[in-house]
Amino acid sequence: MVLPALREWMEKTFGASLNHKTTSRASLNVSDAPPAIVNEGFIQDVKAIGISFSQDVEDRVFRAHGHCLHEMFALREGMFKRIPDVVVWPSCHDDVVRIVDLACKHNVCIIPFGGGTSVSSALECPEDEKRTIVSLDTSQMNRILWIDEKNLTAHVEAGITGQDLEKQLAESGYCTGHEPDSMEFSTLGGWVATRASGMKKNIYGNIEDLVVHLKVVTPQGIVEKSCQGPRMSTGPDIYHFIMGSEGTLGVVTEVTIKIRPVPEYQKYGSVVFPNFERGVACLREVARQRCAPASIRLMDNAQFQFGHALKPQVASIFTSFLDGLKKFYITKFKGFDPNQLCVATLLFEGDREKVLQHEKQVYDIAAKFGGLAAGEDNGQRGYMLTFVIAYLRDLGMDYYLIGESFETSVPWDRVLDLCRNVKERIVRECKERGVQFPPLSTCRVTQTYDAGACVYFYFAFNYRGISDPVHVYEEIEFAAREEILANGGSLSHHHGVGKLRKQWLKDSISHVGIGMLRSVKDYIDPNNIFGNRNLL
Amino acid sequence: MRVVVLIYLWLIFAPLPLQLREFRSKKREVFEDVLEERRQSSDLRYAMKCFSPVIYRSLVPCKPSMLKAMVLESDQLQYVIKQISLESGEPLDAIQEQATEILDEMGQNLNLAAIRMFALTLSKIFKRLFQKVCVNEEGIQRLAQAIQEHPVVLLPSHRSYIDFLMMSYILYTYDLALPVIAAGMDFMGMKIVGELLRMSGAFFMRRTFRGNKLYWGVFAEYVKTMLRNGYAPVEFFVEGQRSRTCKTLTPKFGLLSVVMEPFFKGEVFDTYLVPVSISYERILEETLYAYELLGVPKPKESTSGLIKARKILNDDFGSIHIFFGKPMSLRSLASGRLNRSQYNLIPRHLSHRPSEEMQKFISDVAYKVELQQIANMVLSPGVLIAAILLQNFPSLDFSVLVDKTVWLKDLTEAFGGCLEWPDNMSSSKVVKASIELHSNILKLADGEVILFENKPNDPLTEEVVFAQAVTLLMCASYRNQLVNTYVRPALVVLACKMALSSSRGDVSRTFCFLRNLFSKEFIFFPGLKKRILKKEVSCCQNVI
Ligand SMILES: Cc1cc2nc3c(=O)[nH]c(=O)nc-3n(C[C@H](O)[C@H](O)[C@H](O)COP(=O)(O)OP(=O)(O)OC[C@H]3O[C@@H](n4cnc5c(N)ncnc54)[C@H](O)[C@@H]3O)c2cc1C
Repeated sequence: MVLPALREWMEKTFGASLNHKTTSRASLNVSDAPPAIVNEGFIQDVKAIGISFSQDVEDRVFRAHGHCLHEMFALREGMFKRIPDVVVWPSCHDDVVRIVDLACKHNVCIIPFGGGTSVSSALECPEDEKRTIVSLDTSQMNRILWIDEKNLTAHVEAGITGQDLEKQLAESGYCTGHEPDSMEFSTLGGWVATRASGMKKNIYGNIEDLVVHLKVVTPQGIVEKSCQGPRMSTGPDIYHFIMGSEGTLGVVTEVTIKIRPVPEYQKYGSVVFPNFERGVACLREVARQRCAPASIRLMDNAQFQFGHALKPQVASIFTSFLDGLKKFYITKFKGFDPNQLCVATLLFEGDREKVLQHEKQVYDIAAKFGGLAAGEDNGQRGYMLTFVIAYLRDLGMDYYLIGESFETSVPWDRVLDLCRNVKERIVRECKERGVQFPPLSTCRVTQTYDAGACVYFYFAFNYRGISDPVHVYEEIEFAAREEILANGGSLSHHHGVGKLRKQWLKDSISHVGIGMLRSVKDYIDPNNIFGNRNLL
Repeated sequence: MRVVVLIYLWLIFAPLPLQLREFRSKKREVFEDVLEERRQSSDLRYAMKCFSPVIYRSLVPCKPSMLKAMVLESDQLQYVIKQISLESGEPLDAIQEQATEILDEMGQNLNLAAIRMFALTLSKIFKRLFQKVCVNEEGIQRLAQAIQEHPVVLLPSHRSYIDFLMMSYILYTYDLALPVIAAGMDFMGMKIVGELLRMSGAFFMRRTFRGNKLYWGVFAEYVKTMLRNGYAPVEFFVEGQRSRTCKTLTPKFGLLSVVMEPFFKGEVFDTYLVPVSISYERILEETLYAYELLGVPKPKESTSGLIKARKILNDDFGSIHIFFGKPMSLRSLASGRLNRSQYNLIPRHLSHRPSEEMQKFISDVAYKVELQQIANMVLSPGVLIAAILLQNFPSLDFSVLVDKTVWLKDLTEAFGGCLEWPDNMSSSKVVKASIELHSNILKLADGEVILFENKPNDPLTEEVVFAQAVTLLMCASYRNQLVNTYVRPALVVLACKMALSSSRGDVSRTFCFLRNLFSKEFIFFPGLKKRILKKEVSCCQNVI
């Protein structure tokens, strides 16, 4: 990597995240943990079949949360009202079958736990759950069971993390190409359960395009299809009940997923546009011509200027990126207004010749919208930056900064209006709620589709002088989501609904739609064993 | 009777919270006379002043011609054009051509040189016509703030052609972005003046274009484009036309729904609606209106007609009060009432019929705007005198008139009316000055105030009758300005008299019936919400 400062910082941050337990322990008082509700019969039976489990408080707290702001805050400054009572580690599909059987027998509640990267309060334990809550940690189910090179598929256990999956496939010269920003921690099963989306979906597709076969353990038995035909007309696709089910129906144990040969050549790129409007117009044209590179992202001016909003320690990472662009900018883009310009970062993949051809095509389109190529380095740094932002929040908290990101998908013609209105709404809501300093309110177009785009918002504010920052934050996020919906955006492009966005689901999918989901849930899981209460 | 009414009112509305009763203690705003400065310094220098107005903060500057191009190329208009071509079989080009013509006929041509010329001539004219032009400064400050924040729609009351000249003149004076104004087509007939008005920002609208899809398409898109870009504040009259009777006309919804659409569709973050109340002590067109009301056809506006009108330049039309109301944020008005996601499922360039909920909302906002206009109107002594004389015509003893006027003044103020009554003059002087101002209808002779001269020996010829009718109607128009202040108490009193029994329920039912019955005649907030009814009646309760 080009930036030593960035590497160091990332190691530090990711190191901290990898040892999540220790960090939590440092600030979390174990004795504050709510007492466990223990179902002795269940514990005895689990012991009897020899599945590893733990009732240790730290193990339980670690699995009581995802990565939402309020969860992070609770970790730092308080305690969760309810946490799992026991953690179990099945090591294969059959283990899961047994655990689910026992759960039904003893009427305990199971919450599947993958990488714990949920950002929708999906992992939060319902406060009023009176039964024993069992966190079913899939981390020990992490093997690739077979690779089928004739059909280019791999059969994989659901607990494998994205990073391990790609590393192990690479040994045979393959990849899935599914790269959500959280891929170091998030799991295959988690992706299926949340309908995840990867950065390079333009080449490889989103999770629903990648899944060929699923095996799911439910209280009613096992859900799977009997063949691996690439497409079927056999009524509504039952896998689509599972994808996005957010752990409410059962446990995904094994997945057959498409694989591709590791690309021969990768190239980053970047384009500077005179303003956001032109940038969006360019992305729209790229989508129209269906020539989007593996990834194309457009950040707005505020994000480009991000560095200034942060403390010096943090800013250094950004200034490297900014400096790189600024130098470029000074020498090349004299006519651009630094308070208007915005940057698109690109990633091309494939065989060398095609990549170069493709690159030219995209830069030619960009030129029509006033975009000027700004070099490979800037592109790569841009991706580092977006990658890092996700983890920046924890650091920010030390400096009275709290922030969060949220996303939506929206038809092309409304992208600009939605971005402007949502950002403005955030600024307004902050002001009305007594936030003293102007917030950071910025957005990025991260995915392009034929009929629309995925937009990501980042929002951070300095909470000095505010007594209940999390509450203020939540009110503002609520308002921002209302604004998104009013402007034709979706409830979520890939983060899912969880418990955080439940209140809007009915309006999003109609009450009949809710009824459909409800009846599936009632059939598959009449006793609400998978009782994390997401979605419905 | 009074006591009875009082008791009823108490019965019905006794448990009212106190703050509702503060209705009449409205703080009197500070007005500034913009002509004062004009009388002291050079008009020319004023017209040539450096004009760098307050503008919308995210304005992308563009010329009127560019604006027109944007309208013609817009998805919305292109769609309409395609539809019409499909329906009529006419080639696209021809319809596009028509659209261009319509736009040329309609379009404003805001031009600083013309504005300066207007500033100069209007200064001269206004100084001759009016004693004072008073503007509430606080309102101007609020407006300046609003103009920078979001697109602004100015919604003045409409009593005279002077209205929109005056609006532009004032905005120019205070260095605010000049509005573009939807004006009636009649003006276009005035050759030079029409063109000049265009250059001062007026754009023209045919009075009737119902069913003309293309015309409506061009017009609506033109207005919306100006609004979306924050090109300039858009100004039009909710009443639709000049009220000939001085009663506030029930609102029109068409244009209002057009200016709201960009917000509904998320194309702008918010839109400010600014009600403006323009009160004239004497209305320029007073005689004209009376003739029109009597069925004498309205003369077509023509430049030569205007020149003939020069003789009015020697007349005194008293003072004008212009009150810029609080900007109403459309976003706040709609919050919790409207689900904007109803626009999510149809491409935004298609116009679709507003839902019932939406229509109700638009209508409510329209009434809210008018009620704001009404609340901030300033009444002059002449209004009181007219009301009294109409009950005592043809003549009344001067000192009795003074007494009654003072009595009515106190009553009006008690009912929340806002009066312009000079503090430093004796009541009889005030009344005398007012009679002088209205000397075309009132005469003071031998201690008697006379509404129309009736020499008992004269034969009652057609001319005499006509002249009397004109005077009577003019007088009635002035009196009508009191209507808004008194209509609610009047209906309460009436309800008390009419109700089947004296029970609280019966009286309030009768009140609601009357309110409904007269809903096209006077301005009431639509519907019969308890809270509003209570408020309406509470203001009577304090006084009677
Ligand atoms: C920094 C960061 C970046 C992110 N970037 C992206 C991104 O680019 N794209 C994207 O799509 N998402 C992203 N996310 C969100 C998150 O990573 C995804 O939702 C991910 O799919 C969750 O996987 P996980 O294994 O961590 O699941 P968890 O967080 O452990 O669980 C999520 C939900 O799925 C259920 N679940 C987990 N495993 C299973 C299973 N085997 N069977 C049944 N249910 C299960 C859980 O019960 C829970 O309801 C990001 C999150 C963070 C913190």
